[in-house]
Amino acid sequence: MTTLNVEALEAGYGSRTILTDLDLAVPSGAITAIVGANACGKSTLLRCLARLLRPTAGQVVLDGRSVRHIPTRDLARRLGLLPQSPIAPDGMTVADLVSYGRHPHQGMLSRWTQHDDRAVAAALEATRTADIADREVDQLSGGQRQRVWIAMALAQETDILLLDEPTTFLDIAHQVEILDLLVDLNQSRGTTIVMVLHDLNLAARYADHLVAIRCGRLHTAGSPESVLTERTVKEVFGVSCRVIPDPTSGKPMMLPLGRHRAGAGLSTEDTTS
Amino acid sequence: MSSVAHTETAAWIVALRVARRKARLRLIAIMLGLVVTGVGLTLVTGPSMTTPSELLRILAGYDVPGASFSVRELRLPRAVLSIIAGMSFGLGGVIFQTLLRNPLASPDIIGISAGASAAAVFAIVVLGWDGSAVSILAVIAGMAVALLIYLLAWRDGVAGARLILVGIGLSAMLDSMIAYVLSRAPAWTMQDALRWLTGSVNGATLAEALPVLLSLTIFGGLLLARRDNLEAMRLGDDTAAALGVPLAREKLLAVMAAVGLIAVATAVSGPIAFVAFLSGPIAKRITGPGRSPLIAAALVGALLVLLGDYTGQHLLAGRYPVGVVTGALGAPYLIFLIIRSHRSGREA
Ligand SMILES: Nc1ncnc2c1ncn2[C@@H]1O[C@H](COP(=O)(O)OP(=O)(O)OP(=O)(O)O)[C@@H](O)[C@H]1O
Ligand SMILES: [Mg+2]
Repeated sequence: MTTLNVEALEAGYGSRTILTDLDLAVPSGAITAIVGANACGKSTLLRCLARLLRPTAGQVVLDGRSVRHIPTRDLARRLGLLPQSPIAPDGMTVADLVSYGRHPHQGMLSRWTQHDDRAVAAALEATRTADIADREVDQLSGGQRQRVWIAMALAQETDILLLDEPTTFLDIAHQVEILDLLVDLNQSRGTTIVMVLHDLNLAARYADHLVAIRCGRLHTAGSPESVLTERTVKEVFGVSCRVIPDPTSGKPMMLPLGRHRAGAGLSTEDTTS
Repeated sequence: MSSVAHTETAAWIVALRVARRKARLRLIAIMLGLVVTGVGLTLVTGPSMTTPSELLRILAGYDVPGASFSVRELRLPRAVLSIIAGMSFGLGGVIFQTLLRNPLASPDIIGISAGASAAAVFAIVVLGWDGSAVSILAVIAGMAVALLIYLLAWRDGVAGARLILVGIGLSAMLDSMIAYVLSRAPAWTMQDALRWLTGSVNGATLAEALPVLLSLTIFGGLLLARRDNLEAMRLGDDTAAALGVPLAREKLLAVMAAVGLIAVATAVSGPIAFVAFLSGPIAKRITGPGRSPLIAAALVGALLVLLGDYTGQHLLAGRYPVGVVTGALGAPYLIFLIIRSHRSGREA
């Protein structure tokens, strides 16, 4: 089972430090959701995990070895990343794009095989994009395109999959479908999944482990019940809310309270105490 | 996700791939046919036409009085240089456009050709050099311009409007330097000026074409061998890196090889206007979706130079070097692209 750990990580861009002193143990074979306000450093953290950004201090350790010392292609066979806003080049079909997921498995010696074709086909079917395989990616809707990108990451067949906001651009049906798909993947192949999600309720419902980041530091990590609390939401997002158990899953569910329309008799003061 | 299932989808994507490969091969065969036709036209056309049977005899090594010299010493080198210089420009151009994800980021727009050209003029006119020394200096100058643009445009990331603007500015400066050096040369002619400012294959020799052939083989081979990494880089830096492409090394190799192609060809034929810029988009239009059309772009480049030169020599009133013809073709497209990128509010 692969293990992924972050030790005393510090990282940033140029002279600006974004992440400070961050320790994190990603549970193997589980689904982890990273939550936090805009610009708090979630994407930066994923980029460090996938070694797209070199930390200024600390390290990311995969299976007991610092990722800095793992050859690029080796790493790409074990750990996949779907960036937050990937670039869809013009003049590329869905099948082309998903086939790139096989890139790390190709090499001087290993040519494209039937297994590669099947992996691509499986990824297309899992994301329900098989019927648009011959369409050009830049002519798809935002949601279709997002599913195609996820298909590419699936075709990579890695033990660990990092996804930066995989459900943005998707309608609620497709959001749920993608999250269900990730759970399937997690259960059938034991893939460790780490994703950034903005929807706290979906995060609590689908993740085994929640990580809340605030201003580049780890705020809280643990089970959804221990992380999604009124206090954490207030501290991490600066938003007052009520947390109640989800009537179907029993997971915590939060209802934000704005200044308006929060209902009669409920003021923000009532809920923060 | 068992490996037994999905066979239908797998079969379909295999079929799509095979169909496309066939279509591309067919297109490449057609383009090769056009290149052969262009070479044939170049070889037979002159003040007096050479008949095809005479041409075949000359190429087989027989002497045909009155025609052998023109065909072997004048027209054949001209056609050969047109093809390999055109291929170098086409391939070098499409690599830049692919890598920077911008059709305007072609080496002849952003000053790399002008840098190589300026160095070649300087070496020939001021230093009195010739042969491969000129090529080497041109390559160094091309690299230097590439590096300079990279440093000046650093803040923007690399593919942005700043890079294009800085490149266009540098290109204009280098062109005026070329004009200045030529104007100080003891016996400069309009022909020389045109060669170094817009490019020409006039007076080509096979000996001159040799370094271009070498660079096309070495750099072109290198680029084709690394094609998969180059393709993955189209998906953006983060995705490419996550797919296991060692970005820094691959980018450096691709840029150096592309600059090498452009600079060596420029050192011999001058910066044949807009061939690097036009070949990629034309090839893409012809081949449709799929991998970036490297071989098709090279062949389009060869065709542009061959047919442009033929047009300039035989179809227009008066004789013009090939760069004047391709320049007239490329300028409207450049204007179109600039207007379009301005309108759509996208970064130029
Ligand atoms: N390439 C970059 N160069 C410089 N600064 C950057 C870069 N990418 C991100 N930043 C900065 O780093 C900080 C953290 O950005 P990051 O993308 O990690 O935030 P995030 O938590 O993913 O936000 P969001 O929810 O909006 O996606 C921001 O202040 C951002 O401006
Ligand atoms: Mg982000």
